[in-house]
Amino acid sequence: MYVIGERINGMFKDVRGAIQERNAEVIRKLAKAQLEAGANALDVNVGPASAEPKETMVWLVKTIRQVTKAPLAIDTTKAEVMEAGLAEAGPGSIINSTTGQAEKLAVFMPLAQKHQASVIGLTIDEKGIPRDAAGRTEIALRIVAAAFENGIEDMQRLFLDPIILPVNVTQVTPRHVMDTLREVHLLSDPAPRTVLGLSNVSQGTALRSLINRTYLVMAIAAGLEAAIMDPLDEELMNAGITAELLLNKQVYCDDYLKAYRSSVKSG
Amino acid sequence: MGFEIPVEKWASAVNTVALGATAAEGGTRTGKITLGGETTLPFLHFEGEIPNRPVVAMEVLDLEPQAWPEVLSAPFAGVLNDPAAWAKKCVEEYGAEMICLRLSSAHPDSLNTGPEQAATTVKKVLGAVGVPLIVWGCGNADKDTEIMPRASEASAGENCLLGSATQDNYKTITAACLADGHKLITEAPIDINIQKQVNILVTEMGLDPGRIVMFQATGGLGYGMEYAYSIMERTRLAALGGDKMLSMPMLAVVGQEAWKAKEAKSLEADAPQWGSEKERGPLWEAMTATSFLQGGTDILVMWHPKAVEMVKGTIDGLMKK
Repeated sequence: MYVIGERINGMFKDVRGAIQERNAEVIRKLAKAQLEAGANALDVNVGPASAEPKETMVWLVKTIRQVTKAPLAIDTTKAEVMEAGLAEAGPGSIINSTTGQAEKLAVFMPLAQKHQASVIGLTIDEKGIPRDAAGRTEIALRIVAAAFENGIEDMQRLFLDPIILPVNVTQVTPRHVMDTLREVHLLSDPAPRTVLGLSNVSQGTALRSLINRTYLVMAIAAGLEAAIMDPLDEELMNAGITAELLLNKQVYCDDYLKAYRSSVKSG
Repeated sequence: MGFEIPVEKWASAVNTVALGATAAEGGTRTGKITLGGETTLPFLHFEGEIPNRPVVAMEVLDLEPQAWPEVLSAPFAGVLNDPAAWAKKCVEEYGAEMICLRLSSAHPDSLNTGPEQAATTVKKVLGAVGVPLIVWGCGNADKDTEIMPRASEASAGENCLLGSATQDNYKTITAACLADGHKLITEAPIDINIQKQVNILVTEMGLDPGRIVMFQATGGLGYGMEYAYSIMERTRLAALGGDKMLSMPMLAVVGQEAWKAKEAKSLEADAPQWGSEKERGPLWEAMTATSFLQGGTDILVMWHPKAVEMVKGTIDGLMKK
């Protein structure tokens, strides 16, 4: 499981406050805590209300870089903010994200090549989010093709995100996403990776943590390899690690939870 | 169209472990040995790196073996009651790259010797040879807890490999290892899950994973070798796949296991259909060792000089690119 820690996001109150006050310590602590808990990479999002997104992104990345060299997922829809974040974070970063829209692909794929970054591609196109798995897979294929056209032939650098929506908004989507996860593995050989913005599934629900971890396990069983999620939710992490154990992706031992976390920490 | 060899791209590498401390590092060894570092399965030079060749350690017991057949004891005539002389012969005449000193006499069923004797023997052997040392207890948990701290102290700073930590008995030896700057053998009974668990337990005590060599209780040819082999292979696959708690180099105890087999030690007079034990015995040991090489073993602990010679020759061939 490749965990991209979601906590450094201006949507969260503590991060928004830290951004406004330029309180670096809050950010550094969040970065360290997430990695300590087993995150492989950290998402960085300035939040929707940021007045100066570019400067804020650069400040966030600089601050995080004071404590870790872990890959950062620069989370923005704005190309200039993306470019500034990638330049500051260095090679091996993750573009979060492009969609399958031609105009987005034309911007973000070359940017990925320029900065030796990985890319998350959302299965959205000019018509929006498809209603079913077939529509999602079709867009996924377009994203794979665009990656190849731009010289990204290592499919380890491409994450396809079939977009999970809140279960209280649409209850058919979790199944469509699982069907897509299974199909995406057949798009190329070797296959691209898959990722979900997991917490979206429980947005606005009363039992967020339970829904998150139940769906994480289901999605892993359908082939999910990476998730943007909260690594500080210990039960969520434990459920994901255990799901991979049961799929024989890790060798069992009594302390397999510790083994997983120490393996991640030692790189 | 030409045939293209399929090449697997592995995520990770086996840890590199250095053994032996020279004068420059505060020890008295004349040479060092580096193990591990593989980025591919055994000897697939076309696929990845095998930066360090597997090494052969010859085993020396601290008491004269009682049940050894003539074919095995003859090459060591006159030195089997003197571990220092035995070790020296192994290195100088038989090309041992390391010595594995087994403190067997401490076992309660044997002579029940104490920690002071263990320390004295370790010092004598260190004085007799310049190669890095493996120092292994007697196999009785309570007794090893008593003797290994002294054996460790007596060889402090020499960067030895101490054996062994098990799931039920790891604290004392790990602490000794940490205190005296040694490396540690973690042992499991042909069980990959327990192997991983022991590795976690000792690293939780603060021992760096880079100071561990793994040992799955070996089985000799015809006596469970394939179980140990397949566990080793699976362990190596896990290491290359990125499992940091199974990424350590591996050791196999070959001599002891191979020579338990009646096929190795029976006399020609008793089993004429099997031919001369003078060839059969060493071959049995060499075959066991060669199989473990293919499972990913980095240190082979061996007995018979002829088997050692054959296996070193095999390693030469396997390391050619």
